[in-house]
Amino acid sequence: MALHLDHIHARAGSFDLHADLTIEAGARVAVIGASGSGKSTVLDVIAGFRMPQSGKVRWNGRAITQHAPARRPISILFQDTNLFPHLTIQQNLALALNPATGALRAPDVQRIDQVLDRVGLGGFGSRYLSEMSGGQQSRAALARVLVQARPVLLLDEPFAALGPALKDEMLDLVESVASSDGSTVILVTHDPKDAERFAPQTIVVENGQVLPPQDTVDLLKNPPEGLRAYLGS
Amino acid sequence: MAARALAIIAALTVAGLVVGPVTAVILRADAFSGFTPADWQALRFTLVQATLSALLSVLFAIPLARALARRQFPGRNLLVALLGAPFILPVIVAVLGLLAVFGQSGLLNRAFAPLGLPELQIYGLHGVLLAHVFFNLPLATRLILQGWLAVPAEQFRLAATLGLGKRALWHTVELPLLKRIVPGAFAVIFVICLSSFAVALTLGGGPRATTLELAIYQSMRFDFDLARAAALGLVQLGLALSAGLVALKVTSMPVAAKGLDRVVPRWDGQDGVSQTLDVVWIGLAAAFLLTPLAMVALNGVAGITTLGWSVWQAAGHSMSVALGSTLLCLLWALPLATRWGEWLGLAGIALSPLVLGIGLFLIVRPFANPFELALYVTATVNAFVSLPFVLRILRPEAEAIRADYTRLRGALGLSGWAWLRWVFLPRLKRPLGFAAGLTAALSMGDLGVIALFADPDRATLPLKVFQLMGAYRMEQAAGAALLLLILSLGLFWLFDKGGRVGSAS
Repeated sequence: MALHLDHIHARAGSFDLHADLTIEAGARVAVIGASGSGKSTVLDVIAGFRMPQSGKVRWNGRAITQHAPARRPISILFQDTNLFPHLTIQQNLALALNPATGALRAPDVQRIDQVLDRVGLGGFGSRYLSEMSGGQQSRAALARVLVQARPVLLLDEPFAALGPALKDEMLDLVESVASSDGSTVILVTHDPKDAERFAPQTIVVENGQVLPPQDTVDLLKNPPEGLRAYLGS
Repeated sequence: MAARALAIIAALTVAGLVVGPVTAVILRADAFSGFTPADWQALRFTLVQATLSALLSVLFAIPLARALARRQFPGRNLLVALLGAPFILPVIVAVLGLLAVFGQSGLLNRAFAPLGLPELQIYGLHGVLLAHVFFNLPLATRLILQGWLAVPAEQFRLAATLGLGKRALWHTVELPLLKRIVPGAFAVIFVICLSSFAVALTLGGGPRATTLELAIYQSMRFDFDLARAAALGLVQLGLALSAGLVALKVTSMPVAAKGLDRVVPRWDGQDGVSQTLDVVWIGLAAAFLLTPLAMVALNGVAGITTLGWSVWQAAGHSMSVALGSTLLCLLWALPLATRWGEWLGLAGIALSPLVLGIGLFLIVRPFANPFELALYVTATVNAFVSLPFVLRILRPEAEAIRADYTRLRGALGLSGWAWLRWVFLPRLKRPLGFAAGLTAALSMGDLGVIALFADPDRATLPLKVFQLMGAYRMEQAAGAALLLLILSLGLFWLFDKGGRVGSAS
């Protein structure tokens, strides 16, 4: 079980991005690189929001390159706009469970309540985003990807707006739900501390190259030149 | 994709509604033998009245906008809001109000008679101009006021620091500003007045005060000379199209201008002369705009209880037409709320309702009795005419919704239906309500294409008012006009309110 980026060549604007790597199922992998290096582009290729020029995205050997985002074994948390602000949390989650009609079906009610309990938002189903704190909004967003129940979870700096303590709390929560579900988690971050805390392995993106996962501790102890400049160490 | 198919269907029907009638008009105009002196007269009058209407509206709007820009007084916001009202005010209601003030037995004549002053005559060129200024002075004022309020406060602060006098301020700030805005305001009003029909129908007429649109109507109703109507329609089309393109280049039409209630702090214009002038301008404008409406209400109250069955029937027709055309317009507008859709919708400004009406009449006639379809044709044409305004209102919001939520939609895999039902429509609710209100009110008050097709059984309320006026049953006309005013504003209010309810984000 693994996610393969098989000789991927993607183009974002004027720069090219090359990736050829494997992420094992159940892994925790951080993606770091300078802003503008193409971190988010990598995620977009995996999630299906950007079609590569060539190469294939594979899950367990099967190519999913042509699949629409929602048909991939993947869920994604964006930097912002993870839920619709005019719908209650329950309506949002019902939409995630039943994207064909958005109607709240009887068995979904219980499922939504369970997921909200897991992220510490029991009883928040009838709230709107505007009625919640920043930390609670992040938990609600996490609930959305949890009801989607996909084996791979992509996080595109979703907690960047939170303070350090709240961010650590959210990363710990992600770790605990992901390990009990056996999910693979890929976390894009600009903060090496996040990588250290959360991900044993790290992918570096620089000069249009997406390097294969390396041991995070070794990498940060002995960063390659480009990363050193970015980290300022 | 289903959404794409819907957009194509909407675009094709709108385009068909342009191409079909225009082709029919062109083919029919072929049989035309040549312009009579009366036709040339109509062309000349159309151009003269449109030029003068635009000129006067802009001329009066400049001091009024300046006064509103630099004065703060109780009721200012209400007055500024009222400047937006003529857009949805039925023409026939305004005409009745103007008659009550400036007409033969109107307020002014009654006040002047004991003084031995000559009697005012409202019919003819000056009546047409009066009504056009009544409708377009507020529009021009809003356009110019918008420009004035967009002048950075720093400029006035700088002028105050330098101690610039009135003349210097005029040359450094106000004149450049007006040079930028006035041509656009003039062009918009000129285009609007080119296609003036209801005003010319009620206050103009006669060989010396007939617009092209009115001449089209007369060829249809009185002479049943379809070839002549079509030929005049072609001239009207060319005129409106070329003027519309020019206007489009020099202006941007504010349908729902925001921020007109703000006041930029000013240090100029504090001398007695300026203050007096501003007070006079604001007072005159308020009296000019509000007295006719007050008279409609006053005269109407007595008449509204005496309305016969046929008036209520006409009101029912108008409600159906208004709601039908609102539905049709929104069905067009939702898939066309894109950049190219807005371009397509602009045809609704260039193509005059009467030309469209003639074209549809010619198309329908071989298959059915056009007079039986009068209400359907009216609803369709009204929807078409409102489309550019509705698109102007909806498009920015629709594009923002798509830009904000496309990725989330993709991540969730929402179906087209779920997207529409749970995201697109709920988030578009507020502008949708406003747009629906505008369309309904415009259609409710429309006295255009219905006049071409009307028979007594299928009159709309504005047409009924016109017929009552023609029969000199002024009390009932006033009552029906009040009913029309209430229904138009009521529909607008209801839709707009409906869009605001629960549209929390």
